Amino acid sequence: MDAIEVKGLTKRFGDFVAVDNISFAVPQGEIFGLLGPNGAGKTTLIRMMTTLTPPSDGLARVAGHDVRKDPDGVRNSIGVIPQALTSDPELTAEENLQIHAKIYAVPAHERATLIRELLEAVDLGQFAKALVGTFSGGMRRRLEIARGLVHSPKILFLDEPTTGLDPVSRANVWDMIEKLQRQSGLTILLTTHYMDEADKLCERVAIVDHGKLVALDTPTRLKDSIPANEVVEAEFAGAPANWREALAALPQVLSVSEHEGVTHITTQNGAETLGAVMDLARRRGVSARRVTIHSTTLDDVFLHFTGRQLRDELGSKRLDISHLYK
Amino acid sequence: MKPYRIFALIERDMRKFFRNPALMMASMVFPLVQLVVLGYAFGGKITKVQVALVDKDTGTEALPVRKGLNAIVQAPQTFRLSEYTDLPEAVTDLRAGFLKAVIYIPPDFSQRVLRNENPRIAFIEDNTDTFTASGIFERMQQLQNSLNGPVLPPASNLAGLFSPHRLPASIDIQTVEVYPYIDYIKYLLAGSISLSIFVTAMIGGGITFIDDKARGLHEGYLSTPLSKVDLVLGLIGSGAIKGLMAGLVITVIGGLIAGIPQLWEPLRLFYLVLVLAVTSLSMLSFMFLLMVRVSDPLVPRAIFGVLNTLLFFPSGAVYPTAGFPVWLRAMSIVDPFTYVVEALKNLLLKDTGFAGIRLDLAILTGFSAALIAGCILLFKRQI
Repeated sequence: MDAIEVKGLTKRFGDFVAVDNISFAVPQGEIFGLLGPNGAGKTTLIRMMTTLTPPSDGLARVAGHDVRKDPDGVRNSIGVIPQALTSDPELTAEENLQIHAKIYAVPAHERATLIRELLEAVDLGQFAKALVGTFSGGMRRRLEIARGLVHSPKILFLDEPTTGLDPVSRANVWDMIEKLQRQSGLTILLTTHYMDEADKLCERVAIVDHGKLVALDTPTRLKDSIPANEVVEAEFAGAPANWREALAALPQVLSVSEHEGVTHITTQNGAETLGAVMDLARRRGVSARRVTIHSTTLDDVFLHFTGRQLRDELGSKRLDISHLYK
Repeated sequence: MKPYRIFALIERDMRKFFRNPALMMASMVFPLVQLVVLGYAFGGKITKVQVALVDKDTGTEALPVRKGLNAIVQAPQTFRLSEYTDLPEAVTDLRAGFLKAVIYIPPDFSQRVLRNENPRIAFIEDNTDTFTASGIFERMQQLQNSLNGPVLPPASNLAGLFSPHRLPASIDIQTVEVYPYIDYIKYLLAGSISLSIFVTAMIGGGITFIDDKARGLHEGYLSTPLSKVDLVLGLIGSGAIKGLMAGLVITVIGGLIAGIPQLWEPLRLFYLVLVLAVTSLSMLSFMFLLMVRVSDPLVPRAIFGVLNTLLFFPSGAVYPTAGFPVWLRAMSIVDPFTYVVEALKNLLLKDTGFAGIRLDLAILTGFSAALIAGCILLFKRQI
């Protein structure tokens, strides 16, 4: 039996379809990612799976329990770390875990030990008696992960676990998630709009855009599924009108696109293409700035499937305002 | 200081204000309601209070007295008369708060009238409520003046000028106060206690609940196995405990300041705790029901003061409900404060036993149960 089974799950808010007929399954013990920009429907999807929002259509089974028919069965089997910080700032770290332990009827004689161990596991052991209101964002997030585990759930849902955290805190949270999964075999479903997070943590990634599931596979296979292996990115100055066509005609170039003044050239051989591009630029009197080569990322996968870049969506509708500063 | 910056900030806040109908309603409409309520909550004529008549006289000279009392019942309707056959029973009901006064016509009244031997009627009043007592007494004095009308020669052509109710001898109305003198601070204590519980209810059941919702803290609990009943009873229960604590503190400190005698009498203390507990529960339930579907943290803050006025003044805490117009009396019937104030006054000022609070307790308990059921029904367990 799969840990999570979703079939035709749909959520409508009036005429707006936030989640459109999504289906997937997550086997037990997997770290599964939902990757997509803000507004893609990830949070709505996770809320339906965790019984916070009723589906409009379709079904979802979590740990064998139907979210509509047996929501209590679902709630007893899962731990949820929502996107917003939901730990009580007026309580201490220990008290936050105690309250949850009591809600889940963790036996009294086990609570103290369990809480101590969980706080140690998330590196908050020395802050057990401190008020959560004094914690940094990263500390609160780690505490909430501990809180989500207090009742030994079978499945852990994390909604954008590192949004708003600094790089060090992000790395700490990633380490913790990986350690959790290694040690306990927990099934983990996380949503994120960070491609590096999905790439690093998830065994499989589902790409969600405008409420639809556009791709689902391991990060490696997703990257392999697009024709290019590498991407050359450069900013050009003084480029003639037919510059994109000239670039596209170079050998091994698969596609050329431009976003916010940066030209993206997908290719099967980055080094060769780079040489060819610089040569062409020199001959045509075009100056090249900030030239980089990188392997295809999930961002490129997103671009391939949706026609837009993930990072574009994050900073969507950025206008060219350079003229205001002349 | 730059005026254009100041105006930019003013514009920002005014735009937000006009986009918030609840806030506009609270700041513009509710104060008007408050004006009307406050305007009619003081100084009205006392009407339709319950008064007992114990008539032990078997003669005919008491008939004019009864006629006069019935005339008052018809108009100006200051009181309603209940006939009692037993004076101790009437006084017991007076002490329990079911009556505001007892009018006693002794068995020898007619004989004293005929023998002109200083006939007297006893007016036994609940002096814990001086407004009502003086309102009733004013009518009794008018009755006395009417019965003791001027002496006129019995000429036939003046027959029409005779007061039809004039008695042969002047009667005296002797006032008996059931309780020692009650100063106004004692009278106000019940209202102050209920107010303290209300404030705690507003903060605990209204403001804190909405603020936690707005901060997203509720989401952390909604994904746990907590049911709607668990959530509602847990939130109301914690607020009720806080309200009880606040009420107890004010009762003790306020009681000492106001000089309530024998405040520490164990049975009375027990009844006080019971009333405070039920009060707390009813106020929390009321507040929670108002806020159960509210998400804007400004709403409870905006309506706090007005709600306070709308509940406190119609309750009889400051002026008796018997002096209210009909519509304000109707408000007081559905106002939980009314029953709280009545029960607390009965315990603190009259030292009644359970009989003086059982009806109020029953009403408040039923009220709480109905409100809690409403809260459970309306509480949204999903986002």
